[in-house]
Amino acid sequence: MDYNTLLQILDTALRFATPLLFACLAGLYSERSGVFDIGLEGKMLAAAMCAGTMAFYSGSAWVGLAAGIGGSLLFALIHGLTSITFRGNQLISGVALNFLAAGLTVLVAQRLFGQGGRTPPLEGAARFGTITLPFAEEARAIPVIGPFYAEVISGHALLVYIAFACVALTWWALYRTRFGLRLRAVGENPAAVDTAGISVTRLRFSALMITGILCGFAGAYMATALQAGFGKDMTAGRGYIALAALIFAKWRPVAAMWACLLFGFFQALALRPDVVEWVVRVKVPVPFLDALPYVLTVFVLAGFVGKAIPPRAGGEPYVKER
Amino acid sequence: MDRLPKWADVTLVPLVSLLLAALCSALVILAIGQDPLEALDVMIQGTVMTASGWGYTLYYTTSFIFTGLAVTMAFHAGLFNIGGEGQAQLGGLGVALALLYIPWPHWSLALLGAACGAALFGALWAAIPAWLQAKRGSHIVITTIMFNYIAASLLIFLLVDVLRPAGQMDPATARFGPDAALPRFHEIPGLQTLFQRYTADGAVKLNAAGNIDYQIVPANVTFFVALLLALGVWALLWRTRLGYDIRAFGKSEAAARYAGIGATKIIMIAMILSGGLAGLMAINNVMGEAGRLVQNSASGAGFIGIAVALMGRNHPIGVVLAAFLFGFLFQGGAELGLWTKIPIEMRIVVQGLVILFTGALDVGVRMLLTRLFSLFRRPKPVAGGAV
Repeated sequence: MDYNTLLQILDTALRFATPLLFACLAGLYSERSGVFDIGLEGKMLAAAMCAGTMAFYSGSAWVGLAAGIGGSLLFALIHGLTSITFRGNQLISGVALNFLAAGLTVLVAQRLFGQGGRTPPLEGAARFGTITLPFAEEARAIPVIGPFYAEVISGHALLVYIAFACVALTWWALYRTRFGLRLRAVGENPAAVDTAGISVTRLRFSALMITGILCGFAGAYMATALQAGFGKDMTAGRGYIALAALIFAKWRPVAAMWACLLFGFFQALALRPDVVEWVVRVKVPVPFLDALPYVLTVFVLAGFVGKAIPPRAGGEPYVKER
Repeated sequence: MDRLPKWADVTLVPLVSLLLAALCSALVILAIGQDPLEALDVMIQGTVMTASGWGYTLYYTTSFIFTGLAVTMAFHAGLFNIGGEGQAQLGGLGVALALLYIPWPHWSLALLGAACGAALFGALWAAIPAWLQAKRGSHIVITTIMFNYIAASLLIFLLVDVLRPAGQMDPATARFGPDAALPRFHEIPGLQTLFQRYTADGAVKLNAAGNIDYQIVPANVTFFVALLLALGVWALLWRTRLGYDIRAFGKSEAAARYAGIGATKIIMIAMILSGGLAGLMAINNVMGEAGRLVQNSASGAGFIGIAVALMGRNHPIGVVLAAFLFGFLFQGGAELGLWTKIPIEMRIVVQGLVILFTGALDVGVRMLLTRLFSLFRRPKPVAGGAV
């Protein structure tokens, strides 16, 4: 394997890591506020369908993005209603919303386009184009770092860079703002936050809305940047991999980025079994590579790689008075 | 706060939830420009109005009884087993290994052997998350989700690289021997008269060889196994000491520990039983219907088990009834895909709505009903002026 092949794989890894990263950060806000969300998958799927549809009708990827965020927000709102307002089981609500999204997206796309649950392929401005960063071509001459900058860092859709900016933003919001302090507190001890005169309900709803927006980005990226249009069940378990990454990262933003990059790298490797075979000198079946993120997460959950402790109030609806 | 009468809690809450789910489904069908009443008519015609419709509906019902019971079993121990799908797929592997490598003389022995294989593999796949929950404190919901994906990958690998006979293109095992085929409803004496075909003048239709030409349906003897197991689960949970321990543990882990009930033991037993039940589903679909193990053999039945258990209020009787409802939805949904412009995915939407209303909005529906009840209830006379 030469350096160019490695760069190609890293380039693919970065593109695959982006939807995971958006969804993972989305889950981070929700779970840090004490609301489990296994409905990331469904929100991504809904967003992808809305984004693909509206980008097709309007011819603008930006309109698609807005629609994707809207669709995802709607699902986040239902999750909030069931699990915060009506104090239902958050896990069951997430499962239900995933099924709803899986079915509804196909129903709507089939009704609108009649192509077996797909949107028509998107072209031109309906997709997010790639951006070449400044000096990418000039930097190529620099050994090692130059090609890395030109091939891996440069040449992605805008949303990829936004995803990584969101990591910094999330870190800052979580650890350096009043909202972040309250968010972390409400996930650990909502009664204390309530005693301090802050509304638990409002705080958790705002966290869920951020979750909705970020899942909207994830889905829109899937439909209008990574691929050209929405396809039936196109997220293919990415919402669950993002959830796995969140646990792997122990609910911390920067670690979440590394986890998503790692899992994105595994996905990129699964496309190149020849390279894997060359590196480990044994034929590795592709399904093993597909299963790797899940196996690693089980190991982390089992506490073999440090202990993953979820926010303490996670999964429990808050009851103000007894 | 007023409480609901017990009868209302048991019957009215699930019925109102179901009604709300049905209402939302109707709205969805209207929104995609179709007629909900016509859809319902197609579903009823294709399921309970014909013998072959029953044959398919009961086939699906059988699968859902297994997975519904699996979720129920874990639920009573306070565990949410979301991994029924993976456990059912592993159960399929157990069935395939038992039937491919052991020559069974008769279907009844083959059924016994395959059931052991299915239950063993399903239980094993549930035992690992159970052990991780009991000993390492990893959340069972997340681990069972992960194990669903790991199971899917494992089976793809086994079917493509190991179990696939040489020269076969599609990723599946070889066909099981004819002695391992379970009697289906149209092959069971007595029951089979229901599946006779008739000619236009009302006579029994014969095939070319002069025998009676039966309609072939997938429902098989496993249906009766499922009903027996429902009875068994009821007896275990409500009539044995172990069942009491499991339910006590599910109600309050702390109290159960204080009463000397070992947490590890209960978690392990409940999940092993749960996984075994989910795995047993494979004797219905893999052994009874397909006759070989194919990729994605459980085809979502593991997840439907969640809806079935929630709808059936985690009681075996409720599970059997809810499984029938979902069998109806599944077969009816397929009919919709065939005869109307409503895509077959409609059944996933209905499934989601049922889980949403019966599972997640449970408290909300109860709050609504409580309010309605207190409206129509006579105010109680206040004794002695006390509040």
